[in-house]
Amino acid sequence: MTTRSESTVDIANGDVEPTRRSLWQRVSGSNTVWIALVLVALIVVFSIARPDAFLTLFTAQTLLIEAAVLLVLGVGMTFVIITSGIDLSVGSVLIFAGVMAAKTMEGLSPRSDSTGAGWGVILVGLLVALVSGGAWGLVNGLLIARAKIPPLIVTLGSFGAALGAAQLITDGSDVRTVPKALARTLGSGTSLGVVPNLVILAVLITVVGDLVLRTTRFGRYTYAIGSNEEAARRAGIAVTRHLVTVYLMVGVLAGLAGFMSLAYFRTTTISGHSTDNLNVIAAVVLGGTSLFGGMGSIIGTVIGIFIPAVLTKGFVILHVQAFWQPIAVSAVLVAAVWFDQVRRRARDQS
Amino acid sequence: MSEPILELRGINKSFGPVHVLHDVDFTVRAGEVTALVGDNGAGKSTLVKCIAGIYPTDSGEVLFNGEQTHIHGPKEASNLGIEVVYQDLALCDNLDIVQNMFLGRERGRAGLLDESDMEQAARKTLTSLSVRTVKSVRTPVASLSGGQRQTVAIAKAVLWDSKVVLLDEPTAALGVAQTRQVLDLVRRLAEQGLGVVLISHNMNDVFEVADRIATLYLGRMAAELPTKDVTHSQVVELITAGRSGDLGIARPENAVV
Repeated sequence: MTTRSESTVDIANGDVEPTRRSLWQRVSGSNTVWIALVLVALIVVFSIARPDAFLTLFTAQTLLIEAAVLLVLGVGMTFVIITSGIDLSVGSVLIFAGVMAAKTMEGLSPRSDSTGAGWGVILVGLLVALVSGGAWGLVNGLLIARAKIPPLIVTLGSFGAALGAAQLITDGSDVRTVPKALARTLGSGTSLGVVPNLVILAVLITVVGDLVLRTTRFGRYTYAIGSNEEAARRAGIAVTRHLVTVYLMVGVLAGLAGFMSLAYFRTTTISGHSTDNLNVIAAVVLGGTSLFGGMGSIIGTVIGIFIPAVLTKGFVILHVQAFWQPIAVSAVLVAAVWFDQVRRRARDQS
Repeated sequence: MSEPILELRGINKSFGPVHVLHDVDFTVRAGEVTALVGDNGAGKSTLVKCIAGIYPTDSGEVLFNGEQTHIHGPKEASNLGIEVVYQDLALCDNLDIVQNMFLGRERGRAGLLDESDMEQAARKTLTSLSVRTVKSVRTPVASLSGGQRQTVAIAKAVLWDSKVVLLDEPTAALGVAQTRQVLDLVRRLAEQGLGVVLISHNMNDVFEVADRIATLYLGRMAAELPTKDVTHSQVVELITAGRSGDLGIARPENAVV
């Protein structure tokens, strides 16, 4: 029945087991593996250069803590970019949520000093952070999915608006009182002796994000919408609702990240997150998630978050000027995207 | 001759002042391939979209398995077992064959996906259609050829215990060998007892696989005849002029408009 030149295997018979490609084929075909090798290589180089300074518990702890907040943002961003969207507002939403939470906790404390506040107040603060983050996410989602405004523009708008709103609420100066109970536990506390609590929370979010993306209907629809929105719609997927949910989720995660940042820095750090959005997007793309949508993984994002973090740490330890870090990261980023496009072109031609 | 599974009677459809379908009767029989032919603008696509529930009809009756129904949306059409394979296929390039076949109707509990169950069902469907040209059901659709994509799109349509499958120009963009494969597949669908509607511009394809040929001419059903009773040139005349000898729409002076 066929005169095709390509090899054909009878899938009806079980004698050839073609369903699982060989491990090497799968491994070498994905960007993630190459980028993971880059990360391993960096760690090895820095470890050999300064084993006494790089391979220490302290370095590992600070490295992980610094990555924790970005990782929480990165999990949400991975979902957004897989739907072929983008969210530039995460850093500003993080600040807004932190400010709202801090102001609320102050307002619930005597003399506007929340340092001695108890867990009840802290929980209210957490809730406020999640809700205010979620509110921006919902606005983003509705404007993107319903009003069909390009995500770049919508989130560029909320990027500016959320930061402006945060500054309006605080008159531009950081909130400086944060409950001690919060800072000591989530902010700087450790569990199991050495693992920072912030890191445990970030790992938890990451694992849940990974499972949702890989093993659930929600994750499958995320890929489908990014791959071919029209096909998803025709297959009966509620595309609009799904997109709103994804942006809402990013907002809530940014709210959580804002609360984590508040607990760690013990202040709202209004001016400290202006490039978070770009760092997170760079990390997600570095991790093999395609800006064209339909492709990507949480594990890739984890690696993508750690490459800049390891570079920064390594440069500091080696006394290389820290200004080299953005140059190195940018070079890797552009190379990764180029690699992705070459691969797609090769695939589409086959 | 088998019983009609889907029967349309006196369907009318207008878009504003444009009367696209005039009293169209159309019958789909189980186990048969019915070709739907007609020139550009004759109303083929509109008729298919009315059957698929995308456009509501203005008047007329729809009988499914002899019972009168109304199809109010694509969901209702697929609940009845009517599936349409559109020309642009609407597959997700980044997803593999199994993921595409089950898109929107994934199996599994509480939102979790049951991958192995879906993979088995997909393989079973492809096997029942004697599809032997795909290496693995886990191949991403992006790396399939045009014919293989068409195959996946058709297999996706029959996975759901469908009764009627409408194929919009399934061979339009394919080479000779791939056209062969898809036509074989169309034939097998009918042999499995489905009612198949084939929309095509290619007379060779139509004469090769169709049991009946329905010709639309300017929104009217010019003729609906068994393939063996018509010739190639008669069908072409029906398409271009709406009639051929005694067949087709009566001369304008006799017609009751």
